[in-house]
Amino acid sequence: MSWLISLVFGRLPIGWLQLTHNRGRFIAAVSGVAFANLLVFMQLGIMGALNDSTVAPYSLLNADIILSSEDGNTLTDSGHIPRVRMFQALSVAGVAQSAPLFIGNLPFTLDDGSTVSLLNFGVDTAKPNFASSSLTGSLRSLNVENTALLDQGTRGMPRTVIDDLTSGGKFSFETGGNTLTVVGTMEVGGGFLADGMMMMSDQTFLRFFPKRSSRAPNHILIQTEVGVATDVVVARLQNALPAGNIKIQSMKDAAANDLIYMSTKRPTGIIFGFGVFMGVLVGLVIVYQVLSTDVADHLREYATFKAMGFGQQFFLGIVLEEAIILGIFGFIPGFIVSMGLYAGLVSITGLPVMMSASRAIMVFLGTIVACSASGAIATRRLAQADPADLF
Amino acid sequence: MENVPIKVASLNHYFGTGEARKQAIFDIDLSVAAGGLTVLVGPSGSGKTTLLTLIGCLREVQEGSVRVLNQEVYGANEAVLVGLRRRLGFIFQAHNLHESLTATQNVLMGLQVQGAGNELKARVATHHILDILGLSDRRDYLPGNLSGGQKQRVAVARALISNPEVVLADEPTAALDKESGHTVVKLLKALGAARGTTTVMVTHDPRILEMADRIITLEDGRIVADELS
Repeated sequence: MSWLISLVFGRLPIGWLQLTHNRGRFIAAVSGVAFANLLVFMQLGIMGALNDSTVAPYSLLNADIILSSEDGNTLTDSGHIPRVRMFQALSVAGVAQSAPLFIGNLPFTLDDGSTVSLLNFGVDTAKPNFASSSLTGSLRSLNVENTALLDQGTRGMPRTVIDDLTSGGKFSFETGGNTLTVVGTMEVGGGFLADGMMMMSDQTFLRFFPKRSSRAPNHILIQTEVGVATDVVVARLQNALPAGNIKIQSMKDAAANDLIYMSTKRPTGIIFGFGVFMGVLVGLVIVYQVLSTDVADHLREYATFKAMGFGQQFFLGIVLEEAIILGIFGFIPGFIVSMGLYAGLVSITGLPVMMSASRAIMVFLGTIVACSASGAIATRRLAQADPADLF
Repeated sequence: MENVPIKVASLNHYFGTGEARKQAIFDIDLSVAAGGLTVLVGPSGSGKTTLLTLIGCLREVQEGSVRVLNQEVYGANEAVLVGLRRRLGFIFQAHNLHESLTATQNVLMGLQVQGAGNELKARVATHHILDILGLSDRRDYLPGNLSGGQKQRVAVARALISNPEVVLADEPTAALDKESGHTVVKLLKALGAARGTTTVMVTHDPRILEMADRIITLEDGRIVADELS
């Protein structure tokens, strides 16, 4: 390590030697940075899971544009839209097809008495191309009444049931006074709003949600004609359809707006965002304390170096060297422990808590920047190192 | 033209401000020729150390002129002062060694300030000077594992490793035994003879006074005696 740092800085690795000279303090400092990293990773992981689970349902659908009620917040937290808009949309140039989408939450009581909450998507099975390509084949089986596809990642669902379904079996259960038969599976994963998802025909959906009307789906999905830009069709729809109570967005924009809503308007998103901020703050304070104490402990030595003719850059270099070392050494255990905790969270909650390379790199760079910032602040104490006091 | 690395003229220096302002140096004129060992003596508070720090570019010159290595210190900016300090060697009463650096690494710092890296040549030079000062078997020791005398010898090695043109020392032998103190002063004198290094030293050590080329006595901030040995 000394050799490497000497090579990088072209001088003795004073920062490294200084940090490792007091091993107890070094371990405490590294643990502090690792803890801050852990905090940030966990908050980002849960926030990422919130984001991923928010947009995951979009992966079930294959459309270019989505019409929603103005008072809706997200795909799964939406109001109702008159079905007549679907027919009006079909008259707009560039619209190839449209289909209704019904969404509702259905409870399912397991044998042990616990309840699983299932988010249901009611789709027009006569238009299978509105479902993602992986589901197109399975949609035919939903033409049989009271059948559904179940999310393999449904939280709380016994593994034996899922295994049986994936090997071609069926699974029936009572809900809302009707028997629903699961005839196949799909892969989405649990989220914050429900334990899992199901897809069924719009007819089955309306049977299980008797208060819902076929004339008021949650959304209307639109596919544009080949070669026509989505934005152009969105603009045409906005001109053609009555303004005021309808939201017309491309699917991409709708997913992005859902993310913004969940992370800035919902308390969960704000709480996790605040958690990230707190993690960064904890890291900054810990590193500042360590470096600031370190500078104070070596004031006489630094004053000696000043007398010898070392300039401010040299001292800044030492403190930044220490900051970067703390950042790197703190990141490694923070990252490893976070990976373990992510795996634990996935197993317990079924949430898509994943460690992406971009997140790891972002947190690593953030750690280095935060440590360097703390180091830069700590160098203010160097001003107290007056070489004249040495005599 | 005579080589005069240190030339002080009409130097006054004050500490404090307002009514608490107190003059420490009074109208000092002094020239120190290249080479040789000049010793500053005098009672505590006579201004020896203040004069030394002014010559060493460690304090701002308030009144008068201090020329070090043909460069005026009065009014000089920080870059000039730092550049000058790199050409000087400092030996402090307290060793001020870096506790996490070995003896070799502490001495290497004296070379690195000149831009030398951690290369083999620098290490060889470092080992050589440590050998001269009787520390060949303590090269890789941390200061915490060295005696007071050994630490001071490492500090001396650090000051001398870069072959400074002027060495400024404040009681460098205070923590040394007779033999080590003698070795250090002999080394400083040998440097003066071989390279023309000028040494200005504050000391009360009578053993050094015997070896000095010039003894300047200060009292109450004034030079009261200036004798050649």
